Amino acid sequence: MSGTDLKLLGTKESLFTYRIVWALKLKGIEYEFVEEDLFNKSPLLLESNPIYKKVPVLIHGGKPISESLVILDYIDETWKNNPILSTDPQERAYARFWAKFVDEKFYEASIKAFFLTGEDQAKGVESIAEALQFLEGEIAGKKKFFFGGEAIGFLDIVVGWIAHWFQFVEEVGGFKVMDSMKYPAFDSWTKNFLEVPVIKENLPPHEELRRVFQGFQQMGLAAVGAKE
Amino acid sequence: MSKEEVVLLDFWVSPFCNRAKIALAEKGVAHEDREEDLFGGKSELLLKSNPIYQKVPVLLHNGKPVCESTNIVSYIDETWPSPALLPPCPYGRASARFWADFIDKKVFDAGSKIWKSKGEEVEVAKRDFIEILKQLEGALGEKDYFGGDSFGFVDIIAVPLTSWFHACEKFGGFEFEDHCPKFSAWMKRCMERESVSKILPDPEKVYEFVIMLRKMRGIE
Repeated sequence: MSGTDLKLLGTKESLFTYRIVWALKLKGIEYEFVEEDLFNKSPLLLESNPIYKKVPVLIHGGKPISESLVILDYIDETWKNNPILSTDPQERAYARFWAKFVDEKFYEASIKAFFLTGEDQAKGVESIAEALQFLEGEIAGKKKFFFGGEAIGFLDIVVGWIAHWFQFVEEVGGFKVMDSMKYPAFDSWTKNFLEVPVIKENLPPHEELRRVFQGFQQMGLAAVGAKE
Repeated sequence: MSKEEVVLLDFWVSPFCNRAKIALAEKGVAHEDREEDLFGGKSELLLKSNPIYQKVPVLLHNGKPVCESTNIVSYIDETWPSPALLPPCPYGRASARFWADFIDKKVFDAGSKIWKSKGEEVEVAKRDFIEILKQLEGALGEKDYFGGDSFGFVDIIAVPLTSWFHACEKFGGFEFEDHCPKFSAWMKRCMERESVSKILPDPEKVYEFVIMLRKMRGIE
């Protein structure tokens, strides 16, 4: 499928960039990956995303789209094969609600737990556990392999980082929340998600992620300003 | 013809609830607004329909809840497609969603910082707020509305927040029209629409509400 005029600005370990990689690969769309150095951002990135100056940015026919959830919607509306969102408004609203929940509650709590110590870290950990309990309830209630049903969809793609990146947030951040006994449905979802060929073939190596998170920890909270 | 039941769990001064009400009005969808008593005690229905956040607005369509105001406006647009709030082409829609998300992330919090702060912090909050409105002016450009010639999605996301601006101005000691004339002109244009002028609360009443909120927080 045509992609000569399709560029993805991102980095090889950015969890937000991978959402876009997965969606494009699922739909078999060819694109050019442009690796950004977030400590030395390219003029193209600064021009394409002047508001946030962050990755990922998708540039289609010269027109830039920023913010991973917005980009996912755009991809689904532009290339109609292998849809990632349902056509039913109620199901779409459900996916969008939970996507926002993961990006706000779960992600923000993860940042706290990773960068802070002592009581502040404990509060972050508690918030993650709370968020995880909600997600557990949702996936258990679905009685299907994925949030999207029999196949992965929008919400699986958004939650996906927790299946692969989160273990390093815990390891390097020095805390533990994920527990296959406490969250068995989520654990099953994780295993099933990582077996999906498009996902399995498109994950950053463990050592790479470990190294990157160690770098973030050294930088402190400033690191989060440097990347989406 | 099946009867549709549309209920909005509401709070009169909430700009987030007003987004949903304006969208429903633009679509001509008959519905019931149920005012929640957010300070006295939230209803069982609210707590059951939005267990995660326990906040308004919640749209109940034939009993099924939709939460989060921008999500609700998208749902309304998709369920009752005419007149369309989003442009037809994917790029225009992406642009609209981007700016709706920007407004969600930035505007209300920045405005609230002005009336929540004291002393020097107020000046900083004011500067940040004006900068955000200037960025929105950039998005508006020379267009009548964010979407172009017609009132649409981003306008609905943005305009209810403006009923809180008078309170920001009073506590910040400024008039945003002096700094952001284009934004001010856009606001006045939106207020000419019946759906907007009938639904948005009187800014003086919002100002009184903010005074009460400040007292509750012990800011004086």
